Amino acid sequence: MDGLKRTPLYDEHVALGARMVPFAGWEMPVQYAGIIEEHLAVRQRVGVFDVCHMSEFRFFGFDAKDALQRIVTNDLGKIDELGRAVYTVMCDEDGGIIDDLIVYHTGDLEYLVIANAANHDADWDWITSHLPASVEAVDESDRTGLIAVQGPQALRVIGELVGEGFEPPSRFSIAEARLGGIPVLLARTGYTGEDGVEIVCHASNAVAIWRLLLSFPEVQPCGLGARDTLRLEMGYALYGSDMDRGVDPISAGLGWAVSLGKGDFIGCEAIARIKEVGPKQRLVGLVVDEGVPRHGYPVLQGETEVGKVASGTFSPTLRQGIATAYVPAALASPGTELGVAIRKKVSKAVVVRPPFVKGTSLDKAAS
Amino acid sequence: MYPADLRYDREHEWVRLDGDVATVGITDYAQDQLGEVVYVDLPSVGDEVVAGDSFGEIESVKSVSELFSPVSGEIIEVNDALADSPELVNSSPYEDGWMIKVRVADPDAALDGLMTADEYEAFVSEEA
Repeated sequence: MDGLKRTPLYDEHVALGARMVPFAGWEMPVQYAGIIEEHLAVRQRVGVFDVCHMSEFRFFGFDAKDALQRIVTNDLGKIDELGRAVYTVMCDEDGGIIDDLIVYHTGDLEYLVIANAANHDADWDWITSHLPASVEAVDESDRTGLIAVQGPQALRVIGELVGEGFEPPSRFSIAEARLGGIPVLLARTGYTGEDGVEIVCHASNAVAIWRLLLSFPEVQPCGLGARDTLRLEMGYALYGSDMDRGVDPISAGLGWAVSLGKGDFIGCEAIARIKEVGPKQRLVGLVVDEGVPRHGYPVLQGETEVGKVASGTFSPTLRQGIATAYVPAALASPGTELGVAIRKKVSKAVVVRPPFVKGTSLDKAAS
Repeated sequence: MYPADLRYDREHEWVRLDGDVATVGITDYAQDQLGEVVYVDLPSVGDEVVAGDSFGEIESVKSVSELFSPVSGEIIEVNDALADSPELVNSSPYEDGWMIKVRVADPDAALDGLMTADEYEAFVSEEA
């Protein structure tokens, strides 16, 4: 696969028999044992994911917080306490979403931003073009390894690797730790709906950490296929499918990640206007009777097309097709009966409020 | 590696002829390439199928593929078990995972142009 980048774990994937596919300019494992098997391993035990392809940017200086505040929609005042993290999007002046990201307050006057691999160049250009000279920005993507460990048993596995006195960081926090002696940051975040961590490490240590994790027989290596079914069961938005530059965060159901009261930021006027008049379209969840809905399939009310599937898959937990779709706001109420055109047939679909799957280990950790 | 009593087409379906009844499914190679099958859309009993034409669809988590009939005739039975247990296509592609039974008009000519197991194995190794 010419011209594709490889993560530090490439040889590990090949040795494990993974099926490799091109994704966002990277050669990535889509599955090892099978998407459903990996998916259920994460829901029931623990799985590990190579997410080294993602972007890591670091920002330093007295002005770093205020500068980032102007770029992202959420309020970084929520993470003033060292080690806290927050999910946010960043938008253009029209409120169009450039990317979604997590901002971690990793040190005194220091922030770590983790963002989508597909948007690496666009993100870096956008952020750095809006930073004052007083803020130092470093693109650490190539030097940073990122491994997600997710599932009801994830924290037990991490605890055994850290050893005596392990205290997991609280939800949406990040903390220094050593795994088998290797220095890492443990972020209590993820994209699966299960409890767990994302391990931030030096790229040169990624293989050693991956092997430590897989030394536990209960740990299942998982590919991008299971990552997608897991995140969609939770209704987590995926950039490029559920949102892009043509969509604002209110329509995308991400109003909770926008703080209009925090002061000026890029896109705030446009977003405030949309919020005031209400979005024309809304991203909803759909549970489909028969067949598997996929990106781009028409969504129907009666025989009229009213939208298109944004993300769609087969839910391994529900054993049923699930999707997200943009539909007119009047059709966005849970219980609304629609249809999805799955090639020659129309399958019944009903609007639901995600998550599609409830009662995961994350729910239990939160309660 | 592939059952010697079956014949194969280039779309990775197999056919087993018993009298004038042809049973059709997909090969072990095809199910492995697809991954876990989650949905199989089959025609109705009484429908006519034509060799080389689509008779249904098969979906894995990541992809959807058309099913092509290796034979022509009237469908006399479909495997209803696949509605609830599509994974039978993965676990038992040549037995429990069969898809349709077709009454062929001319049993003597029904398998013309299809590959033997050895030929199919060579075909797959070229494609891989």
